Amino acid sequence: MIPWLTIAIALPAVGAVLVWALPRVTATSPARTVGEASASAAGGGTTTATAVRPAATATGGGASAETAKRLALGFSLATLLVVAAMALRFDTSQAGGLQFEEVHPWIPRFGIHYAVGVDGIALALILMSVILVPLVILAAWKEHEDRSDGGRGYFALILALEAMMIGVFAATDVFLFYVFFEVMLIPVYFMIGRYGRGDERSKAAIKFLLYSLAGGLIMLVAVIGVYVIGGSFLWTDLVGEGSALAAVDPATARWLFLGFFIAFAIKAPMWPVHTWLPSAAQSSRPGTAVLLVGVLDKVGTYGMLRYCLELFPAAVSWFVWPVVGLSLVSIIYGAILAVGQNDMMRLVAYTSVSHFGFITLGIFALTAQAQAGAALYMVNHGFATGALFLIVGFLIARRGSANITDYGGVQKLAPKLAGVFLVTGLAGLALPGLAPFVSEFLVLIGVYAFSPIPAVIGVIGVVLAALYILWMYQRTMNGPTKEGLSGLRDLSARETWAVAPLVALLLVLGVYPQPALDVINPAVERTVDIGAGTVADGGSEGAAGAQEEEGDEE
Amino acid sequence: MIPHMDLPVITEAPPQLDWWLLAPLVTVFAAGVLGVLFEAFAPKERRRGLQIGLAVLALLATFVLLVIQVGMLPADDPGVTVAAGVLAVDRTVIFLQGTITVLALVSLLLISERRDGRDAFAAQAATVPGSEEERAHILAGSQHTEVYPLVLFAVLGMLMFPAANDFLTMFIALEVMSLPLYLLCGLARRRRLFSQEAAVKYFLLGAFSSGFFLFGAAMVYGYAGSVNFGEIRAAVEAGGAEIFQGGNGEPLMLMGIGLVAIGLLFKVGAVPFHNWKPDVYQGAPTPITALMASCTLVAAFGALLRVFFVPFGGSAESWQPMLWVVAVLTMVVAAVIAVTQRDVKRLLAYSSVVHAGFILTAVVANSTDGLAGAMFYLAAYGFTTLGAFAVVTLVRTKDGGQELGDLDRWAGLGRRSPALAGALTLFLLAFAGIPLTSGFIGKFAVFEAAVAAGATPLVVVGVLSSAVTAFFYVRIIVVMFFRDPEEEGPTVVRAGAATGGVITIGVAATLLLGLYPGPVLDNLLPSSESGGEPVAVMVDQASTETSSE
Repeated sequence: MIPWLTIAIALPAVGAVLVWALPRVTATSPARTVGEASASAAGGGTTTATAVRPAATATGGGASAETAKRLALGFSLATLLVVAAMALRFDTSQAGGLQFEEVHPWIPRFGIHYAVGVDGIALALILMSVILVPLVILAAWKEHEDRSDGGRGYFALILALEAMMIGVFAATDVFLFYVFFEVMLIPVYFMIGRYGRGDERSKAAIKFLLYSLAGGLIMLVAVIGVYVIGGSFLWTDLVGEGSALAAVDPATARWLFLGFFIAFAIKAPMWPVHTWLPSAAQSSRPGTAVLLVGVLDKVGTYGMLRYCLELFPAAVSWFVWPVVGLSLVSIIYGAILAVGQNDMMRLVAYTSVSHFGFITLGIFALTAQAQAGAALYMVNHGFATGALFLIVGFLIARRGSANITDYGGVQKLAPKLAGVFLVTGLAGLALPGLAPFVSEFLVLIGVYAFSPIPAVIGVIGVVLAALYILWMYQRTMNGPTKEGLSGLRDLSARETWAVAPLVALLLVLGVYPQPALDVINPAVERTVDIGAGTVADGGSEGAAGAQEEEGDEE
Repeated sequence: MIPHMDLPVITEAPPQLDWWLLAPLVTVFAAGVLGVLFEAFAPKERRRGLQIGLAVLALLATFVLLVIQVGMLPADDPGVTVAAGVLAVDRTVIFLQGTITVLALVSLLLISERRDGRDAFAAQAATVPGSEEERAHILAGSQHTEVYPLVLFAVLGMLMFPAANDFLTMFIALEVMSLPLYLLCGLARRRRLFSQEAAVKYFLLGAFSSGFFLFGAAMVYGYAGSVNFGEIRAAVEAGGAEIFQGGNGEPLMLMGIGLVAIGLLFKVGAVPFHNWKPDVYQGAPTPITALMASCTLVAAFGALLRVFFVPFGGSAESWQPMLWVVAVLTMVVAAVIAVTQRDVKRLLAYSSVVHAGFILTAVVANSTDGLAGAMFYLAAYGFTTLGAFAVVTLVRTKDGGQELGDLDRWAGLGRRSPALAGALTLFLLAFAGIPLTSGFIGKFAVFEAAVAAGATPLVVVGVLSSAVTAFFYVRIIVVMFFRDPEEEGPTVVRAGAATGGVITIGVAATLLLGLYPGPVLDNLLPSSESGGEPVAVMVDQASTETSSE
């Protein structure tokens, strides 16, 4: 049997090491240090960077950086192929259970295993991650040419992060999950702090790291608690009626649930612990932001679904309403703040706070449609927000600014760019026909079945979404062309290739979401069963009903 | 030939010494004495080479002897006591002694490192700083090769400290360990007044805490009628020596435990007995700081574990509340103070205090798991901290002069010397307890033991203070990697083979114990199956007698 998941984890990890260790073009002339100093003074993405670029490329970077990038792209594509091959072998009829399982003892004293396996949701999220990574690499191709290392460190970090992203979704040992969960912070920390944008980046990186670490450490107590009570770290040992964890008294279960939940809420990011995200996104390169918001934050919602709900069914009912309340606040609050942003990266980050509100709302509504919608939303949001960040990134690369007020009338100069911007923006506001609509609709239906009022409040978020997206589009793309924008290039071939697959996916999943739902639904059914067992008024109609309903929507 | 193991029979007659079991200690002691003789008789120019060779050989031999010893211990028995029951030889002790030996060996590399013919120590410590005499000695290239025998004597004390099986031996070990360290602290080549101040502070406070320890031992003697750990344990379980009826000796015992604890907690640097640490760590020559931060900490914690688990293990409920308070204070206070530190060595000192707090949570657990967790933590932390201090020795002022401790001036180090800054980053991440480093496994092990023993609130405090400490570790990374290099920034002197070796060993150990800790956890540490009480795997005299009968 081929260890698909291990290969998928190992491949980018090896790639990261290779890219990082590739022999550097050594230039010891004094000119190099001058170039280095001025390049670093320019920091990221400001207008001076362009002036420094010729000098820097003449001295540092050079051929080996180009090789490094190609190597990075190659490894990410190879990983995509491996995961795609794995996905084809995935047995959809068994999507509720774990497949491609591998279990090897790692630290026997504490019963820790290297255990991986995927169910439908995990597979979908892994697939989303490996699709995003090559596109991010492609989009970031020219971003770091003014650096002394030509950005090779950045690409190595992306690959390292990819390995961890696959690992975190595939882990079926709570300890292994925790390891990936925490270690993932380190590459992102460097991607923001070292390779980020603007002067605030090191502050934003620290804020990001400390928030996440604090959450992770609280989760560590809960992880230890799970082991002490459950006697094992293997997920398969911990879930189900017969496990020692299921027999724990509800008070303890609540504490453990809370320990996990705080970490996931910070990651997700849920109001009121979302404040790290806007600053992190603002200081990120667009590629970093794609991976941060598109994939890393999904670990939070995935964790709620996989760990909070399934490990502590006894505690779920107690938390349903508080979490629904927080989700609603996130939806409205994120949307209102998004409307008021001038920095486009921040704006997209706040839209994500709002969207994540929908996801957590769907998860904790505990109905089949809502959870299926939430799981699908995770995937769709990754593509939609990823594309939006990339497009904003292309704008920033042209003008050197993320401020909406610096733009205007881009449509006339760069129609292709504006078109893609519009499509991804409309995906962000869940226009019917585009992928996020299906998931948002499912969430709202499911939530309505759970209780009408949250669904009604959620719809307000949908309305606000139209406001922030369309208003941003109007201010940047329409109207008279702002000064300083003349000669703005349209999308280059590379940039087109970076966003085209995402736009295609948004369209395809928008009109034909069935393949994704086929994979996701059986896994959702499992968690809903657990939730339904404890919440009397859970109202779980079964996933089959959900499937038929979307058939009608199309 | 190796004599047989089930020897020690306690008699009234002059004690039969099992030299084989004492061999590791005797080796270090003999090498120390020989080193003193070298000072007296070996020609000046050859002393340094001889001393280093002798010290390295002695420590290597000690390590080999320890490995052979552990192989000879009876499989079903934790170990034996030796020399009329004053020293314990069990797997726990041998693990700690082995750790100390290896760490001392690595520190020795740092201590022996020379740059431009100069090591980290004053040319002639007896001269007044800044005097003509001092300059003359520097020009003449004088050096203190006495450092090596002093280190060996200190290591002897450290090896004895966790092995002691009665309070008197433990006190002697404490002094044998401390006295050479007081001296070594005052020997720095640069900033000599600072160094001397550190030595005096360390000496005064250390002497004071030794007094507490001795006073406590006397109280315990009054209560139990013996200084032997096995007999004290029996007395504690019986409610005091025969003269105390109905448990009315308990105040004596409590005072004894408290005073002994002060002596030990001072050595590990727990709050509120931590005040010496930052000053001494900063003032002492960095290689000596490294030795203290790794080996001394292991030895002190070894002794602390032994005292609380063996003689006082029977009345855990009487000392656990005290350790709860101390552990919480240690973790919280040190973490908060550390945030404001600007000097790398002071910061590492406070970090070491916080780590002591983490290990104390495992002591509170009072279980075999706690013991094993603390042991693993000590070994893991020892290697990481050695590596970190080795990096500190390399970062110096622009003219290649003294070490540059001021953090603000480390800006841009990551761009100038990525490898060095990368290594330090790894060590800092290990301190912060990021997974895939040894620090994380250690933290997990001690916290797991504490949660299993019901000390979950303590662990919650622990993780919160971890989050605070992460802030200042991360800040160092920020300064190194995310800030632009300064004009007057530090230069990094090229790592000599020895210092480079220390950093490499530190990196290797940090990663290896983080990625693949299984072999150490499974084979070298007491397993949880041997019973909940840690005394099951630690010998005292009582258990030896029952096993030999």
